[in-house]
Amino acid sequence: MSDIWSWEHAAAALPALLEGFKVTLLATLLGTLIAVVLGLVVAIVRRTAPRILSLPVTGAVEFIRMTPLVVQLVFANLVLSQFFETLTIGIWVLGIHYTTYMAEVYRAGIDSVAKGQWEAATALSLPRARTWRAIVIPQAVRNTLPALGNYAISMFKETPFLIVIFISEMVNQAQNYGANTYRYTEPITMAGLIFLAASYPMSLLIRRLEKKLA
Amino acid sequence: MPENTPTPGAVPEGAADGTPHLQFRDVVKKFGDNTVLDDLNFSVSQGERVTLIGPSGSGKTTILRLVMTLEELTGGYIDISGQPLQYTERGGKRVRVPDKQRRRTTTQIGMVFQHFNLFPNMTVMENIIEAPVHVMGLGRDEAADKAEALLDKVGMAWKKDARPSQLSGGQQQRVAIARALAMDPEILLLDEVTSALDPELVGEVLGVLKDIAAETDISMLIVTHEMQFARDVSHRVMMFDQGSVVEQDSPEKIFTEPEHQRTQDFLRAVL
Repeated sequence: MSDIWSWEHAAAALPALLEGFKVTLLATLLGTLIAVVLGLVVAIVRRTAPRILSLPVTGAVEFIRMTPLVVQLVFANLVLSQFFETLTIGIWVLGIHYTTYMAEVYRAGIDSVAKGQWEAATALSLPRARTWRAIVIPQAVRNTLPALGNYAISMFKETPFLIVIFISEMVNQAQNYGANTYRYTEPITMAGLIFLAASYPMSLLIRRLEKKLA
Repeated sequence: MPENTPTPGAVPEGAADGTPHLQFRDVVKKFGDNTVLDDLNFSVSQGERVTLIGPSGSGKTTILRLVMTLEELTGGYIDISGQPLQYTERGGKRVRVPDKQRRRTTTQIGMVFQHFNLFPNMTVMENIIEAPVHVMGLGRDEAADKAEALLDKVGMAWKKDARPSQLSGGQQQRVAIARALAMDPEILLLDEVTSALDPELVGEVLGVLKDIAAETDISMLIVTHEMQFARDVSHRVMMFDQGSVVEQDSPEKIFTEPEHQRTQDFLRAVL
């Protein structure tokens, strides 16, 4: 049999990989959802809340951004595993880690809304909350969609870090297959190809979106 | 009711009780160390249309922005129909008026900007009904009917479902005028409303404004470089330089026989 590549092993690994891919996809989708929502909340708090509230938020954001995801995963798992399922912890850590990046994206988006928009809102006596909801956020989010999409892809590609807290996402499944059969090349290659097959179309979509918004 | 083409001395009477519609008292505005307005006092009567002229940097636009609460007063007071706008006097102290109360006062004031500032994420119709629905609490249908009538007046009803980006500058500005009028303002601030327009589009906007001046008794504070327009619509022209009033009079007097050298120099430069 050929030593470098066996189609049989590639085929045999596939079901487990796809099983793992479901976890990868779930973690990405829920993690992105958390980051997209919390990121906006953080950006608005940092912009509008009094210092006593915005300062601790800023501190937390900087702390999370300046420490590695892997450390956060292991730490959170150590502290929280007696209260929550591992996958739940993994998803929240991913989501909160990316919240800090997305908050920055939103901040840039909010800053890019023209001053005249705020002034027109004041001239119409619109309440602050309505100005944010109807005018600033829609325009800011529109400007930030491509960057948010890129972070979603980036999170997708970082889900294999969930291995460190023993979540059976796709790369973990590939390793398991290798550990049982001593065939690593096929499952790992297949996992890589599945990643590529999923993220490449998404990046094309984002590029089209960027062009459309430009 | 003010007439369409004001004549000298035809400045409308103040409100029945004699309270000016808009009053600046000892107004000071500084940006850092730079004093833009220095101890400015003037008032505008109910229904009066006043045009501010003068070289750029003389503080004209700052005056409008102070009335719209887009800038914070450094010193002094502005009153709208006798009500404090930004600051009030309480127990001999100058006290800031809270935002909520400011907003209640500013609902009586509308502003049209040099760069239109329509909301690009909304259609023309949505731009116009936004404040009537969310500030005045009008129902959407009622607000839409009113908006339709206003759009008709400015000749933009046929574009009610368009986005601002699909409109020319002149069309955007006409929509912005309708948006300001949708709040039934008692005071309208016009801040160089034709300065960002291509020359061939200026006429349509000024035409709309002249009609409004003729048909309503909204008090207006106007900053413009269109001297003919200033002459046509205003009851009074105030010449500014370096943050204070050089002279003020009827448009006929200012434009034909201005008293001060600085006014003469300015008019020679712009006419």
